[in-house]
Amino acid sequence: MIYLAGIERIFQVGDEAVHALSNVNLTLNAGEYIAIMGPSGSGKSTLLNIIGLLDRPDRGVYRLEDVDTTDLTDDQQASVRRHKIGFVFQFFHLVPRLTAAENVELPLILAGVAPAERQPRVQAALSALGLSGRAKHRPDQLSGGQRQRVAIARATIMQPNVILADEPTGNLDRNSGKDVIQSLEDLNKKGMTLILVTHDPDLGSRALRKIQMVDGKILENTRAS
Amino acid sequence: MKIRDVIQFSIRASSGYPTRTLLVVLAMAIGVASVILLTALGEGARRYVKREFTALGTHLLIVLPGRSETTGGPPPLLGETPRDLTLEDALSLTRSSAIRRVAPITVGSAPVSWKHRDREVTILGSTPELFEIRHLSIAQGRSIPSGDPTRGTAVCVIGYKLKKELFGNQSPLGEWARIGDRRFRVIGVLAQKGQSLGMDPGDLVIIPVASAQALFNTSSLFRILVQANTRDAIPKAKKAILSIIRARHEGEDDVTVITQDALLSTFDRIFTALTLSVAGIASISLAVAGILIMNVMLIAVSRRTTEIGLLKAIGAPGRQILRLFLAESAILSLIGAAFGLILAFFATRGFARAFPSFPIKVPFWAVGAAIGVALLTGLVFGVLPARRAAKLDPVQALSGR
Repeated sequence: MIYLAGIERIFQVGDEAVHALSNVNLTLNAGEYIAIMGPSGSGKSTLLNIIGLLDRPDRGVYRLEDVDTTDLTDDQQASVRRHKIGFVFQFFHLVPRLTAAENVELPLILAGVAPAERQPRVQAALSALGLSGRAKHRPDQLSGGQRQRVAIARATIMQPNVILADEPTGNLDRNSGKDVIQSLEDLNKKGMTLILVTHDPDLGSRALRKIQMVDGKILENTRAS
Repeated sequence: MKIRDVIQFSIRASSGYPTRTLLVVLAMAIGVASVILLTALGEGARRYVKREFTALGTHLLIVLPGRSETTGGPPPLLGETPRDLTLEDALSLTRSSAIRRVAPITVGSAPVSWKHRDREVTILGSTPELFEIRHLSIAQGRSIPSGDPTRGTAVCVIGYKLKKELFGNQSPLGEWARIGDRRFRVIGVLAQKGQSLGMDPGDLVIIPVASAQALFNTSSLFRILVQANTRDAIPKAKKAILSIIRARHEGEDDVTVITQDALLSTFDRIFTALTLSVAGIASISLAVAGILIMNVMLIAVSRRTTEIGLLKAIGAPGRQILRLFLAESAILSLIGAAFGLILAFFATRGFARAFPSFPIKVPFWAVGAAIGVALLTGLVFGVLPARRAAKLDPVQALSGR
């Protein structure tokens, strides 16, 4: 489903060209649970951003569901992000002035879904993550774990095929981190591809497939049987 | 994304930052209000002047001796003085079918006295037609008698103010007043009608034109007032006047005919231009408001960088981000314009109450133009911040760099 070949990403830092990714080749199948691990600066977030179409590779081919994404326009890429990809971030990135329900509703609004259809979908997504009672709360009235679960509800409201999670527990205590991971794994069990970026080996070991990155290269690509 | 959602999102975004929203709305409100107020004042001035001119009379033409236009040709070596207008000239004008009434006018100033009181006032020599043309009405007694205008009778109609000053509360009718070195019987008092263009009907004596000519020892007229039959007959009447006078003055075009309409339209143009330029000056404040909007929106973009990154990540293309931010600045300026309208409404109300005689009026086009310009300002000055937002790199925006 996800096919990357010869991906290069170069950042210009002053006079120096930094290879964030060099010659990355990767094929991921639908429904997989993948952990991308590595020290900071190893290029794991850059890889995730490229898979999520937030960033474009300088070289290489990236095919998502047999569509070459490098040729897509800004509008088309946005449409792919809207319908096929859900993001979960380390810092949640909830809009502070909107309630939990409104934050979850945002992707539906952007997609132009009719208001009458939006409400039940938002309610369903919130209750699936055990947040029904928090719908009217603003992010600053929620705990970290609740915020991240609102973000997961937002990421999944459009029924994407792929969930990209960049250090989803990085800002959470152990308990709420466990809840969040549980929520993400539940989604994976329902068939969504889950790609998790983390530097926590405990978390990484839960994944069925581990990708170890160092200096922009894939060092190890192991699959648990 | 549906338009309703765009608007709702923008309103939520603006109300999320009340202080800056209030500032922008205030600036825009002041700009819009000042444009509307100043145009209303200009429009009021135009209407005021128009009213004054209309009060002069309807379908009015004024015949003056002498040409006002310069023409080529040899210099007037023989001292080409224009011929005077005479009473006969005036009377001959009634021959034209386009002309309804003619009032010859002789003007002078003379002391008027009764018993021991005397006053120096303007003496107007004319015919009863003057009352019709200038819409003068009589409060007491009657108008000067019709009949052969070339024969003067010793009667006069006096202004209400003069009556009060000379006669007090006594009835002046039938009394003999002395004007200059002659005696005139007072037969009427003019009604109070307010001032119209410099001539105060309160401080005036009207006597038959022939009597005035005898009083001031002249055979010429100051001017002739002509009333055309209809509005459409004004050009025809003008032509008739010129040809009749030319025939009587041995082929010389030595009079000037001013039509009231020409005067009116000249003043109308002047005041419209004035209104427009005042509105232009006022719209500078709209531009200032626009710059404030730009400033505030730029701050909003940098404050909401992560939000923009997030919107991009969950599938908003740059175009949509641009639309959202443009909508936000447009909504800010429209709300400002709405408050400006309310402000202008109350200000004109207050003005109208303070100066009831000045016909202040907000022209319909000014309301539309002010709102339109406000909206345009919001959009134009919103473009730069919105483009900046749309162009943000989502990865950098999300990392807050």
